[in-house]
Amino acid sequence: MLKKLPIAEMIALAVFMAIPFFMKDNYFLHLLILFLMWVVIGSSWNIFAGYTGQVSFGHAAFFGAGAYAAGLLAHHFGYSAWWGMALGGPAAVLIGLPFGIICFPLRGAYFTLASLALNLILMHVATIAENFTGGMQGIMIMPAFVSKIPYYYIALAMVVAILAVINLVVRSKFGYYFVSIREDQDAAESLGINSTLYKNISLGISVFFTGMAGSLYMNYMGFIDPSVVFSLSDYSIMAILVAIVGGVGTVYGPTVGAFIMVAVNEFFRSGFFGLLGFIGKRTGSPLVSKALDFVTHAHVLVFGILVIVVILYLPKGVVGDWEKIKRKVLRVRPTE
Amino acid sequence: MSFFRVEKLVKTFGGLTAVNEVSFEVKEGEIFGLIGPNGAGKTTLFNMISGVYVPTSGKVIYKDQEIQGVKPYRICKMGVGRTFQVVKPLGRMSVRDNVIAASFARVNSMKEARDNASEILDFCGLTSVRGTLAKSLPIAGRKRLEIARAMATRPDLLLLDETAAGLNPTELLSAINLIHKIRKNGTTIIIIEHIMHVIMSISDRIHAINFGQTIAEGTPKDVAANQAVIEAYLGTDYA
Ligand SMILES: Nc1ncnc2c1ncn2[C@@H]1O[C@H](COP(=O)(O)OP(=O)(O)O)[C@@H](O)[C@H]1O
Ligand SMILES: [Mg+2]
Repeated sequence: MLKKLPIAEMIALAVFMAIPFFMKDNYFLHLLILFLMWVVIGSSWNIFAGYTGQVSFGHAAFFGAGAYAAGLLAHHFGYSAWWGMALGGPAAVLIGLPFGIICFPLRGAYFTLASLALNLILMHVATIAENFTGGMQGIMIMPAFVSKIPYYYIALAMVVAILAVINLVVRSKFGYYFVSIREDQDAAESLGINSTLYKNISLGISVFFTGMAGSLYMNYMGFIDPSVVFSLSDYSIMAILVAIVGGVGTVYGPTVGAFIMVAVNEFFRSGFFGLLGFIGKRTGSPLVSKALDFVTHAHVLVFGILVIVVILYLPKGVVGDWEKIKRKVLRVRPTE
Repeated sequence: MSFFRVEKLVKTFGGLTAVNEVSFEVKEGEIFGLIGPNGAGKTTLFNMISGVYVPTSGKVIYKDQEIQGVKPYRICKMGVGRTFQVVKPLGRMSVRDNVIAASFARVNSMKEARDNASEILDFCGLTSVRGTLAKSLPIAGRKRLEIARAMATRPDLLLLDETAAGLNPTELLSAINLIHKIRKNGTTIIIIEHIMHVIMSISDRIHAINFGQTIAEGTPKDVAANQAVIEAYLGTDYA
């Protein structure tokens, strides 16, 4: 069906498939799993918001729904959490579609606020329904694997799936319809586009993968509670930042954004990859340990600065403004 | 069987009656002009025909089916296309992608949509700007894109809302040519136009409204000579 083979994508996939054969370091694999999970979440958000123009401030609702679906199944019914992995996507869709049907008459900022409300509602429900969800105590399950490698490949499979779906969608009627709705809903309707239906399709795809990422998280981390998986700042807003930094409405923007955000986050959280801690131990300087303390908590601040810089200077994100970066930062002359 | 007619259409906005019991019939293949001063209710009529507004009362009958209150996307699929007076380009899409998106109203595959789009771009004289982002088009191009997009949905009835407004004389001439070409293509047209000599020369019949009410209907010559029409226009021009 595809005219030309996606060579670059296939090479990238081969490299990622090969990584665990060479890199067995758990810390490194952990970072890669986080990165892959964020590719899934950021790309999901991007289908709905970047392509279809429906800005969601509440994608943690779907991430959490997927995580809880997996966790509750294992916790209450003793099924292996792997069944939950199959359930995470559909569970998120089950929440997403009624939400869409009810809230799609709202446009722009009103819809965005509704998505935020959904996020908060689910967080409260998960907190209050203690008998079922364990409330603030959360849910703990036994991880199925000790090794990180299986999780890595599962996350990689999800990434392949969502990127394949996005690539197919943007080259089809669906992609054209999504973008038309984003650009002008009234014009789209006049061109035969059932905007409610296509927004629901876009939402369905988006939350399905977000829910899957949530159930992966449950299985991988082994522990969830409402304030973790329904977190506004850690998931809903982070999903937006991943897409904005990488490039909203571009196929690989969220992939690049996920890489940057995970790298920046880890760089600070680990005190410049352990460098500060190392210096602190060597010199025994109290100043360095103070600095370490500050730096390890500075990632939120850095995110803020990063996003402001991106919005000001690269409004289309790293991928969307790549030409500009090449010209201005890398000083590459445009080829005539 | 009648091709298209509206019966006693009424639309009120709060206390304001924008359209008041307007009825007319359009024959298949004709160019039907709709005139009236600013605020007369012409665009509101189009919005009721195309499903944007649900009429307060009255009927819209297309190919013997009542379509008032039907959703805009369905009306498009039934074969009624429209342009917007205040143009609505899909800004961050290329001109070609605008027309491809519209083509999907009739076809499902990417290839058919591309073929349909290039045919329409050619027909509407937009081939040379097909790669331009719609938001970067000058006004004449945007107006033309409105027509191209509506045509890409392959309408049997096309509603043109002031597509000649704001054009210079050369652009105006080519717009008129395009409208003639569309009619030759077999598409019935209802056209709203302010520029008198354009609507007079282009229409087979004209329906004039003022303050939401019908004041005259007939051939361009009859309507131009109609006392109520003259007053309505002079009234606004010299007020
Ligand atoms: N959505 C609306 N809400 C309130 N009033 C409206 C609306 N649309 C049109 N009107 C009013 O209806 C009248 C007719 O408007 P319109 O149909 O746009 O006139 P025309 O196209 O003939 O210039 C005007 O007085 C206008 O202000
Ligand atoms: Mg008008």
